[in-house]
Formats: sequence, C-alpha cells, structure tokens
Amino acid sequence: MRSSFRRLLRWYFVVPTGLVAVGLAIPLAYLVYRGLGAESSRVFELVLSVRNARLLANTVLLAAGVLLAATLLSFPMAWLTARTDLRPRRLFAVVGVVPLAVPGYVMAYVILGLTGSYGMIARLTAVDVPSVSGYWGALIALSIYTSPYLFLNLRAAMLQLDPALEEAARSLGYNSRQVLLRVTLPQLRPAFLAGALLVTLHVMGDFGVVSLMRFETFSYAIYLQFAAAYDRTYAALLALMLLAMTVVVLYVEVRLLRDVPLFRGGAVSRWAHAGAPLGRWRAAAASYAVLFTVVALVIPVATILTWTFSGSAVELNRLARPLWNAVTASGPAAFSAALLAVPIAYMSVRLSSRLTKGIERLAYVGYAIPPLALALAYIFFSLSAAPALYQTLGLLVTAYTLHFLAEAIGPVRSALYLAPRHVEEAARSLGRTPLRAFTAATLPLLRTGIVVSIAFVFLSALKELPLTILLSPPGFETLSINVWSYTSEAMFGSAGPYALTLIVLSAAFVALLLRHETSPAVGIQSGAD
Amino acid sequence: MPPILTVTALEKRFSAHGHPVVDRLSFEVQQGEILALLGASGCGKTTILRLIAGLERPDAGEVRLNGAVIAGPGVHVPPEKRAVGLVFQDYALFPHLNVAENVAFGLHTIPPDERRKRCDRVVKMLGLNGYEKRRPEQLSGGQQQRVALARTLATAPDVILLDEPFSNLDALLRQTTRQEIRDILKKAGMTAILVTHDQEEALSFADRVAVIWNGQIEQVGTPEEVYYEPRTLFVAQFLGRTNLLLSMAYGDRAETPLGTVSLNRPASGNVLLSLRPEHLTLEPGGSTGTAGTVVEKEFRGHDATFRVKVNGSDYLVHMHSRTDFEPGDAVSVRALQPAVVLEKRIPGA
Repeated sequence: MRSSFRRLLRWYFVVPTGLVAVGLAIPLAYLVYRGLGAESSRVFELVLSVRNARLLANTVLLAAGVLLAATLLSFPMAWLTARTDLRPRRLFAVVGVVPLAVPGYVMAYVILGLTGSYGMIARLTAVDVPSVSGYWGALIALSIYTSPYLFLNLRAAMLQLDPALEEAARSLGYNSRQVLLRVTLPQLRPAFLAGALLVTLHVMGDFGVVSLMRFETFSYAIYLQFAAAYDRTYAALLALMLLAMTVVVLYVEVRLLRDVPLFRGGAVSRWAHAGAPLGRWRAAAASYAVLFTVVALVIPVATILTWTFSGSAVELNRLARPLWNAVTASGPAAFSAALLAVPIAYMSVRLSSRLTKGIERLAYVGYAIPPLALALAYIFFSLSAAPALYQTLGLLVTAYTLHFLAEAIGPVRSALYLAPRHVEEAARSLGRTPLRAFTAATLPLLRTGIVVSIAFVFLSALKELPLTILLSPPGFETLSINVWSYTSEAMFGSAGPYALTLIVLSAAFVALLLRHETSPAVGIQSGAD
Repeated sequence: MPPILTVTALEKRFSAHGHPVVDRLSFEVQQGEILALLGASGCGKTTILRLIAGLERPDAGEVRLNGAVIAGPGVHVPPEKRAVGLVFQDYALFPHLNVAENVAFGLHTIPPDERRKRCDRVVKMLGLNGYEKRRPEQLSGGQQQRVALARTLATAPDVILLDEPFSNLDALLRQTTRQEIRDILKKAGMTAILVTHDQEEALSFADRVAVIWNGQIEQVGTPEEVYYEPRTLFVAQFLGRTNLLLSMAYGDRAETPLGTVSLNRPASGNVLLSLRPEHLTLEPGGSTGTAGTVVEKEFRGHDATFRVKVNGSDYLVHMHSRTDFEPGDAVSVRALQPAVVLEKRIPGA
C-alpha cells in the first residue's frame, strides 16, 4: 500500500491530478463564496422564493417527463435490436443512436421551424398547426436527443442477459409475461439506472433547448439572471441550487445501485439468444424503426434544408469564421483532455486503489456539473482572482477540458485494459525508468484509444453551447452560438447552414461512438462501479 | 407399472439439411429411477433435456409424461405447464433474489403460508438453513448448486432434469456433493435424468445409464451391464480403458492373441472382443497363460496398471499395487472372466 502510494507521488501523476482538482475546486469555491457570501437574511430571501419553487418544479417535471418519454422511445428499439430476429440487426442498432447526430438545440430549432403559423408545415400545406414550444417543445426535443443514452445502456444489458435465467423461470412455471416482469426487467435495472442518470444530468444541464423553447428551468433562469439582470448573487445562488440538485440525483443513483448485484452464477449459458421470431409483427417492428429514423434524422435534415434554401442565397463563406473559431477552441481542449486522461486512466487501471479510483471519479464530477454552473464559477473566479483571464480563449479551453475529460478517459482506459502489463515490466527489467518504460512499451499500444479520446472531446466541444456562450471572448462566433442566436430570433433560414454543419459533425461523433463502443455513457457507468 | 416418462423416436435438427442432433431417440424412465444420459460433449444430450423440458420443440417423435403427450406432432405444452424441473449446468440462479426467494420462486401459485413451509422444508433438506438471506454471489459453488436443486425440488416436479450438475465443482467437492444429492433424490423418491460426459459420475450416480452417440442410444442398462458387458466398441471404449482383441470365435470360446478365452455369449467367425484391464491377471513367467514382458508400470496408489507386450502388441492389466512385477519381467497373462463379444456394427451407420 505504502509503496504504491509512493509511486503516485511522481510528477506525472501529481500534476494532472492537481490540475483537475484545482481546476474544479477553486472556481466552485468562488461560486459558493459569491452565492453564500451575501448577508444571510438576503440569501434566505433569495433562496426561499416562490419563483425558485416554480423553477424546481419545472426542472423536475421536465426531467421526469423526458425520462419517461426517452424510455418509451428507446426500450422498444433496444428490445427489437437485441432480443428479436429483426434484420438487418446492425443497421437498426445504428438507428437507435441516430438522434445523437442532431444536438438538442438543433432539434429545438427543427420543432420551432416546423410548427406555428410561420412554420414549415403551415407554409407548405397551408394548414395552420399550433406552435409547439414551452414544456412540450422542450420535452419532445430533449426526449429524442437523449434517448440514445438509454438505448445504448439497455441494449448492451439485454445482449448480456443470461438466457438460462429466463429458461429456468419458464421451467419453474412462469409464463413469458411473468418472466419479463419477474426476471428480465429486474436484471435490466442497473443499465436503466445508468442511462437514466445520463438523461437526467443532460436535462438538468441543458440550456439550449429550454432557452429556445422558453421554458424556465434552473439553467435558463441562471442565464437570464446573469445576462439580463445585474444581481449576480442571485445567479450564483441559482447555480448552487442546481448543483445541489445534481448532488441529490447522484446520491439517489448511488443508493439505488447499491443493492443491485451484478453477479452471474457460473459460466454464461452456451445457448445464445436466437432472437424471438417477430412473425406477423415484423412489419410493425420495422415501421417503428423506420418512423424513428424519420423523426430523429430525416425530418430535421429536411426541415433545415428547406429553410436554408428557401431564403436568400446561401453564403458558404459565412461558415468559415465560426467553424475556424470552434476549431481553435475545441482543438486545444481535445488535446489537453487526452493529455490529462492518460495519467488518470493509467493510475486507475494499473495502480488501482480507492485513491486512484477517486481521482478518476473527479473527472466524472466535471462531467456531471451542469455547464451553466461551471461557466458561472469560472466567470466569478476570473473576475475576482484573475481578471486577465476573463473572456479569454484560454479560460474557455480550460472549461471544455475539465467538462469533457470523462469522455477522454473511457477510450484510454479500455485501451489500457487490453494492453498487456508485462511489456512494461519487461522494459523496466531492461533498464528503463518507469516513465520511459511506459512511453516505450505501453504508449504505442494506446495510440488508437488516445486518437478516439481526442476525437470525442473535439466533437463534443464543437457542439457545446452554454459554456461557449458564457465564456467565449466577445464577438466570438461559433456554429453552436450562431444556431442558437438566429433561432432565438426566429431567423431559421440564417441558422440553417450552421445547423447542417453541426449535424454532419455530430454524425461523425456517432460513427465514432459506434466503432468504439466506449461512449461517455459506458464510461460513467463503469466509472461509478 | 407404466413408465413415468416415455420418449419415442424423438428427432431434432438445428439446420434443415444437417445431421440430426437427436436422431430417432427412444427411452423410458420408471417412477423413482435415476437415468444417466452419458456422452461426449456435442453428442446432443443437453438438447434431449431441453426437448423434455419444453425449451426446444422436436422435429419428430413425441414425449409422454404420465401417459399424456407433452411434445409431439401438433402438441407443445409450454415449459411452465410441464411438471418437469430443470437444473442448469451454470445453476441460473436469479442474481437479484436471495436464497429463500430463489427457492420459493417456483411456488408463486400456492398460498404464502404453504409456500413458506415448503421452502423451509427444502432448504433444510439441502442443508441450506442459515443461508436464506444470502445472495447467490455470497455462496460457494457447492452451495449455489444446492440452491439450484432446492429451487427445482420445491416445485415437486414429476421428473427432474440435471444438466451436468457437478461440472462446475472442483474434484473433491464433486464426489461428496454427488453422493449427497443422490441420497436426497432417492429419499424424496424423485425421478431424475442426469446428463453428463463423465463416465464415473454416470456409473456412480444413476440406476441406469444410456450411452449416447451421435444423437442415438448406443446402449442402455444398469451401470454394471454397460461397464462389464458393453455391446459396441464405442461403449467399451467410452466407459474406461479396455483391451480389444481381434479373435476367431468357435461357439462359446475364441482363439485370441492372449490364448483361448471363454465368451460372454456364443459367436462364430471373426469377432472383436473386449477385456477390461482388471479382468486380466499376471503370473510369473512359465505359468499357465500367454507369455509376455512387462513394459511399464503405472503406480496409482492402491492399484497399478501394467503394460505388457505379447507378440508385439501391448495390453493393459490392472492389479493390486503390491504385485511386485517390474518392467522387463517375463510374465504370463491370463483372462479371469469371459471376454465380451462386441457387435459388428460401424458406429453411426
């Protein structure tokens, strides 16, 4: 124990750990100071207001509604692609992940651009559909966008179910419906909880959708308070309340997962799932999958294309600047996240202990913190401690790095599990120092994992909205900012090219996710074990 | 008394034109009997169990339980409606339930009071009392095995099917568990079918053994019958080491490379005989018998196996280990028992 602790004291472990810890702790401390530093009577007055109760109710209602709707969307898709003979299996499995290619705020744009008396439907068919916004608009956009997090977790769990358990229940006198309720669903609980956690964190952290739909949750209120009002104490308090809510959600998740055994008795049965024959339901199942694709991808792309080409001529050169800006912020963030991810993943895999697992979990804290709360913390920190950093690219890159670090750790960790331990020990016995043994023997084996990490963070940061809006330098246009600001002014034609570019980039993210099935979803799940 | 389970001309293939995994198989099981289906892996024995349990549908043939057809042309009683219990090779315990809940799982249709009583009785019978609140992962392999059996016994099935139930236990535990479970089944008067690839397990556990090869029964009989009087070459070799002698038979005797031996049944012409190593004995050179030379001695504790060369061929002789023959010694080989005449039959034809 002591000797392995001494190994952790080397600079290449201490520095990255310190950077992550300090990078998260100090800004959060400023946020707390800013919020709770005011007179206590004022703090009470601000916290215990009717408005906050409404914000809380709105946030909870939205999270619950999205969770329910995303489950209803994803469960059938997961079941069809894991447990039935629906073919082609692989293609339909991709369909379940497709919604990730359309970021939530782009989906909000699509819904707003389709409905209402100026919407695409009204313009094309002369049928005046009511405008969809507010709670239902936010619910639809977020449910579609977040459903893949549940789909990925549920499908993976369904594929791993031991068919012998279901057969045992059948031979003990249960019919197929009872088997589903008593044996199959209880076993899917951990996977459902992991997916549900991600969905909930996304809804609580979401800013783009709720702001475009004008539905007041904590995130949206934080932004309004910060951007429009002068009372920054109240903004800080709102951010702290959102953080507290996140902590509660994480706590509930841990409690619910505590009693769930992940054990399987003996070897996995040799009798693999053949897939239940769909029979006369095949057409219905296939149409569900097709409809899912139409709603999640075809309608969004078609709507955006129609808006884009219905107005004035598209000026592609207008894309160049925001794209370049986005790259200058996302690129460095991606590289620094990968650079931090390697030592942190290495500690957690090769020097596994409570301490190193805790350090790894720190990265997931950064992922779970609602982005607006994180952004606000950085703003307060830079304004009071380091004014020179305020509204600089460096601060934005730092925030991206710490927020998306969890996505970078997953692929590196998987690669480390696959890399044989002994090559590094061989290098040591051939006279290399620990660091040189690592770079000579193990690092080459991690190359693909590191590239995937960089790509994940790069693409995620490109799509990121709330951190970008609050932390970017003045006048800094990115794809996400432009989609959001044009859409919020109902300039759907102008937002179109940016939205399309974002869909293409997000599709690349999805492709990467499918090739290397270490999604942040899986990362969070295994990081919490 | 009519048999409790009858399997008639059962057939199952997993691909339309491939070789059947179960090939026109027929056998019967009597009330209270333990039948072992013994065969190498991939011989279709697990499929037979799954057909009886209702987890697979046969392509032809039928299964009758207590006289009623439960699987056959146009009939498929679903697994939950069959009074057939299946104990899985990997136990298939429900990881989200504790021991008591696992054992009571199949008793969902009976009133709670009665359920608790039955569960308690079975838990006691299998010596699992004190472990009721444990989760499967907190139990040893042997305990998990007993929970799996308790879960099935609790439902009091007409027939219990055991799929390689001891294969996940280590060698030491396997023998004791085997004996315990045989006692429990016998005490409960259970009818059981055991599937195994381990000949020792089949011989010691079952009342009757059916040797399966290529989806068909090669021979069925008491352990003594199949061991001492194998009908075919496959059975002779699968149940243990044996000496095969190509011989010329004249009625109840035959001329063999080991001299003239008596036969278990009359035969004539060219025959293949089987003589187990323990049915041969060695005497000092020059005694009655066929002359040979000890080539090798394999000491195995209380007994020893000698490899003896006679006229250029090797034969195995199994004797008490105190017998002090050493490699190089000249010996005489003699048969103690009649040799077994194997059927002239090309396996699988």
